[in-house]
Amino acid sequence: MINGLTWLLGCQLVGEVLVRLTDAPVPGPVVGMVVLFVLLRVRRSGDDATVVRAAAGLLRHLQLLFVPAGVGVIVYLGTIRDHALPLVAGLVVSWALGLAVVGWTTVALERVGARR
Amino acid sequence: MSETWAWASHSPVFFLLLTLVAYRIGREVRDRTGGHALAQPVLVAIVLVGVTLSVLDVDYADYADGTTLISFLLGPATVALAVPLHRQAHRLQGFVVPLLVAIPLGAVVSVSTAVVLVETLGGGDLLARTIAPKAATTPVSIALSETAGGIPSLTAVLTILAGILGAVAGPAVLTLLRVRDRRARGLALGAVSHGIGTSRALVEDETEGAFAGLSMGLTALATSLVVPILVAVLL
Repeated sequence: MINGLTWLLGCQLVGEVLVRLTDAPVPGPVVGMVVLFVLLRVRRSGDDATVVRAAAGLLRHLQLLFVPAGVGVIVYLGTIRDHALPLVAGLVVSWALGLAVVGWTTVALERVGARR
Repeated sequence: MSETWAWASHSPVFFLLLTLVAYRIGREVRDRTGGHALAQPVLVAIVLVGVTLSVLDVDYADYADGTTLISFLLGPATVALAVPLHRQAHRLQGFVVPLLVAIPLGAVVSVSTAVVLVETLGGGDLLARTIAPKAATTPVSIALSETAGGIPSLTAVLTILAGILGAVAGPAVLTLLRVRDRRARGLALGAVSHGIGTSRALVEDETEGAFAGLSMGLTALATSLVVPILVAVLL
């Protein structure tokens, strides 16, 4: 567990440092995710690797980690009430369009690939 | 007595315990309802904690301070998302082109339409920045909202709602759109509804679930790259 957590935090730190050095507008942990992904591919890590087990432990209760951030919404209840229409429309319409675009594009490209 | 109570109701121990108990109750609710898509433990927990804080008249800032131990783990958890991506990487073979085109295209469409809609319907800049990353998985969307100048906690809730939308309506809408291929359905669900959509896709079909998971990870990356650019261009 400690070994695995060390790997995760190490990758995060590398990510955060890279973001600061390059001024990239991407969150540090996302860059850390790419770093860990490359490491896992290079090392061909299996399911018994400590970092894999630590990650599984964290991801099993991922929802718990959003609770403190999510509770902050109580501060913005007034804002949400005042802007219910743009928020709901933005959420639902862009969700449906994204679903259609990814689904249709994949199907179309698969057909092109199959014909070749 | 009242002094002790005042201390206890503002101590990190109380806030952490409250959060864990609320999450535990949320999981219980999910299990009792047979895993209903609306019964997301996080949603139940947010409501329970929110109500408790209002009743006890505790400031959100105090609660946020007291629970930094939990919020801190969002960073390593985001890094940990590399693991499911790594385990599904073998499915990439022969599927690279659709993946590399569809996922970024989906991210561009979902970010730009959300931003433009909020802006044109009078939601303003702040809310447009807040809704922009909502298709990425929650730890990433929270971080992106921070970087883009949105309201992270509102982004968290919008993200969870986008996930629930996918779990409740995703498969039916895809059938309506005549997307029948399991891989395409999985990619689409993961791209707009992240982990919550992925868990629904897994119930539908194993391949669909695996592709949804893959799509969730790649969408998080694509959204990270696309949000700063689109926010700068559109706002």
